[in-house]
Amino acid sequence: MNALRRNVLKGAAGASTVAMAVAVGLLKPTQAMAAWNTAAFEAKNVGDAMKGLGVSGPADSKDIIIKAPDIAENGAVVPVEVTSNIAGTTSIAIIAEKNGTPLVGSFSMSGGAQPFISTRIKMGQTSLVRAVVQAGGKSYTAAKEVKVTIGGCGG
Amino acid sequence: MAEPMRIRATMTGDVADVKVLMNHPMETGQRKDAKTGQLVPAHFIQEVTATLNGAAVLSANLGSGVSKNPYLGFKVKGAKAGDKVVVNWSDNKGDKNTAEAAIS
Repeated sequence: MNALRRNVLKGAAGASTVAMAVAVGLLKPTQAMAAWNTAAFEAKNVGDAMKGLGVSGPADSKDIIIKAPDIAENGAVVPVEVTSNIAGTTSIAIIAEKNGTPLVGSFSMSGGAQPFISTRIKMGQTSLVRAVVQAGGKSYTAAKEVKVTIGGCGG
Repeated sequence: MAEPMRIRATMTGDVADVKVLMNHPMETGQRKDAKTGQLVPAHFIQEVTATLNGAAVLSANLGSGVSKNPYLGFKVKGAKAGDKVVVNWSDNKGDKNTAEAAIS
């Protein structure tokens, strides 16, 4: 029983090196649902992400309030809160500018939903966290820098 | 498959404060398994929708940049105690989950 188990493990280890080489080339996260905005979420830079969202040249606005820590000790969990004081806000998107895929999420409000969103995001490194707000057919933006100390002991 | 989610809705003035915690690994597809060295396939929530008494109030698209076990907080004006809030999510593998709460 035990000897057989050893053999099986050995065989698996040998085979897995080959399998790995194949798998590396094959693993692509291309599966996506129709309603999900693939172009925007798979964009590798902020410009493309905005284009995917249908936003071009958003105006800077002081009426967008981003609440996020100045320094995040753990980049895996960064609490972010966005409040828009712009009348007629219909959607808020959150972008972590230096992430591999910068667009974190887009939220659209309807009914009595307030232009407010609170969530937790991942950040690969220190960068601006940008909020893009769409209101009355126009787009507005604001950003706040969050410093990320990866694996550090705070500070 | 899908773990239960937690939802809480409370009234603050005339605004309902809804907080949702979803249990989900939120794999980006870029992390490697420490033991096998192979990439862990992407597995994350893509869509979240919320309704108040059956009427849509929030529809969100999420990317893999949202933290593990996503937290989502939003506010709905004009709701009242006892109203029903329902939150649904679906991920890139077709898993779904739903939770509902009465506003207190």
